[in-house]
Amino acid sequence: MSEQRPDEAKRRFLVTATGVAGGVAAGAVAVPFVSSMLPSERAKAAGAPVEVDLSTLEPGQKITVEWRGKPVWVVRRTPEMLERVKAADDLVADPGSKRSLQPQYAQNEFRSAKPEYLVLVGICTHLGCSPVDRLAAQSESFAADWKGGFYCPCHGSLFDLAGRVYKNKPAPDNLVVPPYKFLSDTKLLIGDDSKGA
Amino acid sequence: MAAKQKEPVTGAGPFNGVLTWVDARFPLMSLWREHLAEYYAPKNFNFWYFFGSLALVVLVIQILTGIFLVMHYKPSAADAFASVEYIMRDVPWGWFIRYMHSTGASAFFIVVYLHMLRGLMYGSYRAPRELIWIFGMVIYLMLMAEAFFGYLLPWGQMSFWGAQVIVNLFDALPVIGPDLSLWIRGDYVVSDATLNRFFAFHVIAIPLALVGLVAAHIMALHEVGSNNPDGVDIKKNLDANGHPVDGIPFHPYYTVKDMVGLVVFLAVFSLIVFFMPEFGGYFLEYNNFIPADPLKTPSHIAPVWYFTPYYSILRATTEQFMYVLALAVIAMGVLVWKTSTTARAKLAALVITAGLVGAFFVIDAKVWGVAFMGGAVIVFFFLPWLDRGAVRSIRYRGTLYKTALWTFVVNFLVLGYFGTQPVTNYGTAISQFCTLVYFAFFALMPWYTRMDKTKPEPARVTM
Amino acid sequence: MKIKAILLAALFSAPLFVSGLAAAAESGVALDRAPIDTHDVASLQRGARTFVNYCLNCHSANYMRYNRLQELGLTETQIRDNLIFDDRKVGDLMKVALDPKDAKQFFGGTPPDLTLIARSRASHAGTGSDWLYTYLRTFYRDPSRPTGWNNLVYPNVGMPHVLWELQGIQVLKDKKVQAAGYVKTEHELAVGQPGTMSQVEYDRMVADLVNYMTYMSEPVRNTRTSVGMIVLLVLSLLFVLVYLLKKEFWKDVH
Repeated sequence: MSEQRPDEAKRRFLVTATGVAGGVAAGAVAVPFVSSMLPSERAKAAGAPVEVDLSTLEPGQKITVEWRGKPVWVVRRTPEMLERVKAADDLVADPGSKRSLQPQYAQNEFRSAKPEYLVLVGICTHLGCSPVDRLAAQSESFAADWKGGFYCPCHGSLFDLAGRVYKNKPAPDNLVVPPYKFLSDTKLLIGDDSKGA
Repeated sequence: MAAKQKEPVTGAGPFNGVLTWVDARFPLMSLWREHLAEYYAPKNFNFWYFFGSLALVVLVIQILTGIFLVMHYKPSAADAFASVEYIMRDVPWGWFIRYMHSTGASAFFIVVYLHMLRGLMYGSYRAPRELIWIFGMVIYLMLMAEAFFGYLLPWGQMSFWGAQVIVNLFDALPVIGPDLSLWIRGDYVVSDATLNRFFAFHVIAIPLALVGLVAAHIMALHEVGSNNPDGVDIKKNLDANGHPVDGIPFHPYYTVKDMVGLVVFLAVFSLIVFFMPEFGGYFLEYNNFIPADPLKTPSHIAPVWYFTPYYSILRATTEQFMYVLALAVIAMGVLVWKTSTTARAKLAALVITAGLVGAFFVIDAKVWGVAFMGGAVIVFFFLPWLDRGAVRSIRYRGTLYKTALWTFVVNFLVLGYFGTQPVTNYGTAISQFCTLVYFAFFALMPWYTRMDKTKPEPARVTM
Repeated sequence: MKIKAILLAALFSAPLFVSGLAAAAESGVALDRAPIDTHDVASLQRGARTFVNYCLNCHSANYMRYNRLQELGLTETQIRDNLIFDDRKVGDLMKVALDPKDAKQFFGGTPPDLTLIARSRASHAGTGSDWLYTYLRTFYRDPSRPTGWNNLVYPNVGMPHVLWELQGIQVLKDKKVQAAGYVKTEHELAVGQPGTMSQVEYDRMVADLVNYMTYMSEPVRNTRTSVGMIVLLVLSLLFVLVYLLKKEFWKDVH
């Protein structure tokens, strides 16, 4: 072994410099691996926006389409149904949709870009079951004075005709409104709300 | 061992406390000392000593990239090929992970062959390191199996037909052959069933075995201590502290030196991954970009380059060659007879020679082809006992041994080359000659290593 | 030390010297070099257009997504309007229009998928692109074949000359040449009937098509090489650091 005193400062510097450079390089190499777990082009293509033809949707009717593997409901609300939304204002937990997820154009009284059409992701915000339709205003087993909306059979959560969750129910939030835009009066594009073509 | 009070950990800065806590419950510091900070390795390690740590690095690369590939790969005959293209095109950075895995497979063999060559040059397999060598040879066998099983997974033309040919080799074995290959395949022909089980072997069974064997390999090495390019035992000269005078602690000296080797390796590796991942069709074979078609055999099936030397030996073993082999066995028998001292040895030589020669003509040449191909790998296991040289390292061996070793290396490369080419008379003749040279290296070793005029080994290592 | 150098040299020149041997395609025809430039976006766009118009009718490109063509500078709308002729979505894969049952009847089998053909047709004779470039320009009229066409690079191919209207009709003019000790047959093609493109125009169109197919066989190629440059740069820097570190510590060991 050499008899000279080792230059500790130089060694510390080199070890630190190499450590930092190596760490950065290792971090950079980790990026591709982590990114590979992001949605692939196939997943993105399968999750592409879905076009819905509204010309055959009657007032008061609801249709369901699949978008990103989830059920999306489109309800053509009548003026009478819109009145029942207003009537439920005091019965719902978050009438102003402050907590729930919806695009900015759906954060309003009727939770939609156009009051006539309600677009919702049909998955209960409690544990993920798909609620069933109870659109008519009539006496139900779960509510004597039911104003119409949706009932989740799994744990009994209730939602009104704007997808807002009733007070004191297991579900914490209103039903999610997905991004959407109208391509024309009779064509709806779910999953895309960008401006322009 | 009785639980005695351990010293608290120092020198780890803010981590001293945590490490002391762990060390009280786990042999952390003793492992650190025994295998790194106080593992005294010879100070004269040269270029050839990089390949052990590089082999470990490649193993880690293959496992890491393998894990991420399996997230997207589909092990069914209907989906496998498409899932590989899915990885290449649709998965973010999937192409990068795939190319690393395919390059890594070939890199593994280059590194391992050079690592083995180091062993041959410096006598690393000699006593007391025979077990390290045996573990290493088992690792080599496992690696070949791992590569073979892995190659079927992309389900291309080469994948399918390569597997078909090799599994059919087992068919050739007498009595048990056809049932054995049926059992291996799980079907009458290489199919979805075969793919699924090869997937299981490639992803779980062999990697687990490999990790265990590599651990055993390193433990066996550390038990005895490393060899060095001079082949001298550094433990013969200890200093006042009981450490070898010619030894240096692995950490920090070899951790720091191996980092240089690593960066150079990664540069070469990256050159290939990013600029020539197909490597002239040797790392990614062109035919494998065509989905497997059981009804259409490609005009030219060759195994991947790292198997080609053994493939040459297989193809060289023709009916006519059995006569040449018989003569070679008789010549060996005569040699053993003439040089053995006991009557029992002479009798054994006679019986084995007669038995082999008889068997050469009773059993099909096809079966002998498989036997010699397998034998060519198995014969490596016996190296520690075949080598009777007075010195370990090639630096002190005579002309006889040096000629034998370099002839063997060139011969191996020539066999490898002809394994990539289609069968021709010329090629077969050369391969046959080279097969004889290959086995002669081992068979004659007890004699030429003893006859070899060696130079005296130094007492201390030379840098 | 010298031995190490020789071994390494041999190892790394292996692909070079092996590919130097056997310079002809399997059919014995020498391949022309395809003028490939996967950075020439205009050429790739033209090639894509030719591909979807002439090839996707019978062949599939099952691993290529239409929306990937945005890499060539096209918008999704342009792709949908110009390159998709039915109701498939822009995120779909380029599946074939032809029914496999019809394919069996017309051609005796399904035409092969073309996504990877520029990689799979490589050999010692040349790259897959070279093969395709030569193949698409050496069709000739052959009444003995069921399609009426034959090909110098792929003898007795089942594919008709789809681009014949553009190239015109070539005929085979075999020449008997005296070679070392035996008479060799040299294949030569002559123009029988010109097409709507001149030879230069046709060669350019085929070059664009093959350029596109080369791109399609590995769309990530340009990214791969750019990332590679950066990686090598980083590794050079790391090498300097790690080498200095080693040298410093090894001062302890004389």
